[in-house]
Amino acid sequence: MLPIDDGLKLEIAELLQMYRDMVLLREFEESCPKLYSQGKMGGFLHLYSGEEAVGVGASHAMQDGDYMISAYREHGHIIARGADPKVIMAELFGKATGISRGKGGSMHLASAELNFMGGYGIVGGHLPLAVGLGYAAKYQQTGQVVVCLFGDGATNQGVFHEAMNMAALYHVPVIFICENNGYGIGTSVERASSVTELYKKSCAYETPGNRVDGMNVLAVYQLVREAIARAREGGGPSYIEAATYRFRGHSISDPGNYRSPQEKKIWQERDPIPKLGKYLQQHKGVAPAQLETILAEELQRVAAAIEFAEASPEPAADQLMTDIYVEG
Amino acid sequence: MAVLNLVQAINQGLRQALETDERVLLLGEDIGKDGGVFRVTDGLHAEFGERRIIDTPLAESGIIGLAIGMAAYGLRPVAEIQFLGFCYAAIEQIFTHAARIRARSRGRFDCPLVIRTPYGGGVKAPELHEESTEALFCHMPGIKVVVPSSPSNAKGLLLAAIDDPDPVIYLEPTRLYRLLKEEVAEQPYHTPLGKARIARKGNQLTIIAWGSMLEVVLRAAGEYDAEIIDLLTLSPFDREAVLESVHKTGRVLIVHEAAKTGGFGAELAATIAEEAIMSLRAPIRRVTGYDVVLPLPLLENYNLPSPARIIAAIDDLLRY
Ligand SMILES: Cc1ncc(C[n+]2csc(CCOP(=O)(O)OP(=O)(O)O)c2C)c(N)n1
Ligand SMILES: [Mg+2]
Repeated sequence: MLPIDDGLKLEIAELLQMYRDMVLLREFEESCPKLYSQGKMGGFLHLYSGEEAVGVGASHAMQDGDYMISAYREHGHIIARGADPKVIMAELFGKATGISRGKGGSMHLASAELNFMGGYGIVGGHLPLAVGLGYAAKYQQTGQVVVCLFGDGATNQGVFHEAMNMAALYHVPVIFICENNGYGIGTSVERASSVTELYKKSCAYETPGNRVDGMNVLAVYQLVREAIARAREGGGPSYIEAATYRFRGHSISDPGNYRSPQEKKIWQERDPIPKLGKYLQQHKGVAPAQLETILAEELQRVAAAIEFAEASPEPAADQLMTDIYVEG
Repeated sequence: MAVLNLVQAINQGLRQALETDERVLLLGEDIGKDGGVFRVTDGLHAEFGERRIIDTPLAESGIIGLAIGMAAYGLRPVAEIQFLGFCYAAIEQIFTHAARIRARSRGRFDCPLVIRTPYGGGVKAPELHEESTEALFCHMPGIKVVVPSSPSNAKGLLLAAIDDPDPVIYLEPTRLYRLLKEEVAEQPYHTPLGKARIARKGNQLTIIAWGSMLEVVLRAAGEYDAEIIDLLTLSPFDREAVLESVHKTGRVLIVHEAAKTGGFGAELAATIAEEAIMSLRAPIRRVTGYDVVLPLPLLENYNLPSPARIIAAIDDLLRY
């Protein structure tokens, strides 16, 4: 059951939108393996299934204009921020209509309109960029905040600590969210980090660190909302560890055999989507049929996205030479 | 002799180094229990245990720094970085320490370290997973740069690199990992560093290549009377082998998949111009990747040197 709810006083419309967003993210991701095996996508594909509550909870706590920056498991993040699944799917296909015209691919999704500063393929590499974005927003006094997402593995990189220190030193409005799914590829947190309670890793910088149930969208939403409110009022950075799980392998080519069936089952039972669905039915009087309609509608959106990507043209050969330097 | 692919040949080389030399240790991300992202270290953790096959945290700079310390102490670490593009996160350690420990200590310390890493395109992976920036490392004195092109030279070069007292960057052509298979001698052997291999004898022109491009060049060269030089070591490269062939043929084609500007082909061309210009019967030609940030799958084929581009350059040179 959800530990928190009523204190949030969320409108039913917002709750249903969270549910819808999580369903869309899940169905989008779950459509990919088949397309990949048909050779329609190239490169890597790191799916977000299981972790939706983190991206959706965080995104709902943000305002338009706030920045988000993420790693390579970011399909869900950019869609949660409002990107059209069509242009994301086309990007995964490498098509000219993709959000980065087929040049960014699965790991480098970005949108200037949404202030989504991108996916990044180097683990931990984007964390200092988040501090820079936060510094700039503070400097320009825009009131914007930056939400920066990364995995548990990233917290072992030196650059994590450099970023944490500077964020605290310059008191920037950045919310660092560690999506702790228990593994960096095949290596578990226990085998990679001397401290396994990852939320403690910000204490050396006197940045508040908290852990949240990353399978509970409302819990994520609440904690991120508090952190954002503090950041907006000049309270500086914060760090959140969201305990979550990826239902699939690290990437499409990883069968994930290093995780036991029991472990997978435990986490599957915490699936954030049915969890919210149940809550909506039991406490908000939502009819099961309404949730089914949402699923049907989002499946339809995913189908339309695939159709759009299939029908889109490939980038022309001369596109190879563009976007390296400023044109003209 | 068994027929092995590149992954198996490197795995065998690592196993034999671990068997024969207690000082050899492997370290890297996911290399132990998981057997490595390309399975190059498969089985070694079970066989040699976690004291010698070390699963590290995700921390390239730390991994290389750790390995440098081990090497300076007297061990023979072999570090794996999952892709060449991730070496950038460790470049500070490679350039400021590994490359200079010998010079800085006036020979009192050395750094017998090997950094293995997959490199190169043709695997439909984006950007940092397809880098071919070998020239960066060649520009740093104090580091040796080795690029095998087949299972048998991969094993011999690896064992030579592990025994070499200097730091070696050992670049594994990702595209060839499972593409090429050949007979590999069972017992341990060295393929000497700094020595090129004449992959094919010929008289009308010299084609110089390395790593994954060698396979493309061999396909493209077909019936042409071309001498094909497989450099195997880029730094220090085998000047004699190159110059001898150029004196004989008078025509040179250099093929690499890295960007043209500042690529290793430029160094080769400059050396040939300095030392063999009077033997040249045509301008030196390069077929390379373009000066672009590596694009995604659908554009990749336009970037990588293709047999067609190589054949066009050969025809040009022969007509000159
Ligand atoms: C600097 C760097 N080193 C290694 C890799 C290869 N790699 C890609 S994802 C990954 C694991 C990252 O784990 P984590 O940060 O927990 O994120 P998750 O994939 O679990 O979301 C590794 C080792 C990389 N992309 N960048
Ligand atoms: Mg993880």
